[in-house]
Amino acid sequence: MDWKFIAEYIPLYQEAAALTVKIGIAGIAAAIGTGLVCGMIGYYRVPVLGRIVSAYVELSRNTPLLIQLFFIYYGLPKIGIRTDAKACGMAGLAFLGGGYMAETFRSGIEAVDAIQEESACSLGLNKVQTIWYVILPQALAVSMPAFVANVIFLLKETSVFSAVSLMDLMFTAKDLIGIYYNTTESLFLLVIFYLLILLPVSVLGSILERRARYAGFGT
Amino acid sequence: MEREVLEISHLRKQYDGQTVIDDLSLTVHEGEVIVVIGPSGCGKSTLLRCVNALEDIQGGQIRLHGEPISQKSRNLQQLRQKVGMVFQNYELFPHMNVLDNILLAPVKAQKRARREVKEEAMALLGRVGLENRAESYPRQLSGGQKQRVAIVRALCMHPELLLFDEVTAALDPEMVREVLEVILDLADQGRTMLVVTHEMQFARAVADRIIFLDQGRICEEGPPETFFDAPKTERAEKFLKTFTFERKNKSKSGIRPGEEKL
Ligand SMILES: Nc1ncnc2c1ncn2[C@@H]1O[C@H](COP(=O)(O)OP(=O)(O)OP(=O)(O)O)[C@@H](O)[C@H]1O
Ligand SMILES: [Mg+2]
Repeated sequence: MDWKFIAEYIPLYQEAAALTVKIGIAGIAAAIGTGLVCGMIGYYRVPVLGRIVSAYVELSRNTPLLIQLFFIYYGLPKIGIRTDAKACGMAGLAFLGGGYMAETFRSGIEAVDAIQEESACSLGLNKVQTIWYVILPQALAVSMPAFVANVIFLLKETSVFSAVSLMDLMFTAKDLIGIYYNTTESLFLLVIFYLLILLPVSVLGSILERRARYAGFGT
Repeated sequence: MEREVLEISHLRKQYDGQTVIDDLSLTVHEGEVIVVIGPSGCGKSTLLRCVNALEDIQGGQIRLHGEPISQKSRNLQQLRQKVGMVFQNYELFPHMNVLDNILLAPVKAQKRARREVKEEAMALLGRVGLENRAESYPRQLSGGQKQRVAIVRALCMHPELLLFDEVTAALDPEMVREVLEVILDLADQGRTMLVVTHEMQFARAVADRIIFLDQGRICEEGPPETFFDAPKTERAEKFLKTFTFERKNKSKSGIRPGEEKL
């Protein structure tokens, strides 16, 4: 192992990691928003929108992120929507993640007993208050394990960003291997940096899961 | 006669074409306690659920202080705030502690000041013997305690009418009493209530009027003494018999092993 090489290129990886994390956070946040809205539309079986949402969910979950990215990066400009690599990465993550999150939230809402909604309504709370104060907190607690799994899955999926020439971790590693043939060191750094990003998320995730389990349930 | 709180006229409720409540009319006056009894499936729960518009209705009208209440009411939220409902399985919100369960609707739906409601909630919790459980979560309470919290939660909305649907049916026998005593206390305060119960002794004690439902219709109604001691209809008599037990043969002649005669 060439430690001098490793020391020299750590800053490059740091930069790439920062980019991965930034796009990851933005994309996942958008995925959560998309998922919440779609999950609610799915659960309440909103007439036309419900159909559109279920088509979207199937499309996003059954096509690879790489292809979604190609479509956004090379396809959209053809119909006049220009995207730069970063926006494209975020949009791809939001598109893919939105479908997974929608299913996670929908099943969480379904797990909340319908009579809880009636109980809230009978107290005179309106629909929005009922969802916000009574249904969603319980639904989120139920879907926390699946939610955490989604976040980790999406962060790992960022490794295909290099395909649209985003200078992320994967791109950096491939680049260095191409120039210096230091395969071992480059891949070693790649693994280390992915672990550095994902391990804290995992740990935080299991804390959240434990809390969610404690927060509810068992009447 | 006192003012009318609830007027149900010619109510009809169907589930997929099957009639569950059939041309039912009932007026509840202020301060009156009505106990609804009847065999399983006769429509007691459905009746209560119609009263606060948890169900849509297929015919007739329900009016609360003269105002029609149905799922189409524009001011449904306001109307529902006047009707407190207590469910068989408590339906407390499991992710909130006792106090937050009670404060949610008064603060969010009625926009009352949290501090003022909290004072009232603590006083009411005190009355039902739960002043030291305000910070507990529902899962930390016994069934009887949960049901008393649910009653306090309903009361804090200052309802004009209280609905109780078999609120002791899920409780262990020793907890039934603590809940029923709270309801008796409310009756003494002059609350207007519509109570569904299978506890006949309690029904007799608390009711001003008994409504006996059978197959979605009022089969018999009257003061509890008359209803329990001298039911007018055969159907009611038969129903009341299901609560008493008799042995046909009490001349214990004994039986020795090997002598069983079948
Ligand atoms: N959601 C529903 N869909 C279809 N039928 C229903 C529904 N809810 C109730 N019913 C039917 O309506 C009838 C009345 O039901 P309801 O729950 O009001 O009876 P109940 O008098 O409360 O009985 P119990 O004493 O067992 O609680 C029953 O025959 C029941 O099968
Ligand atoms: Mg019932």
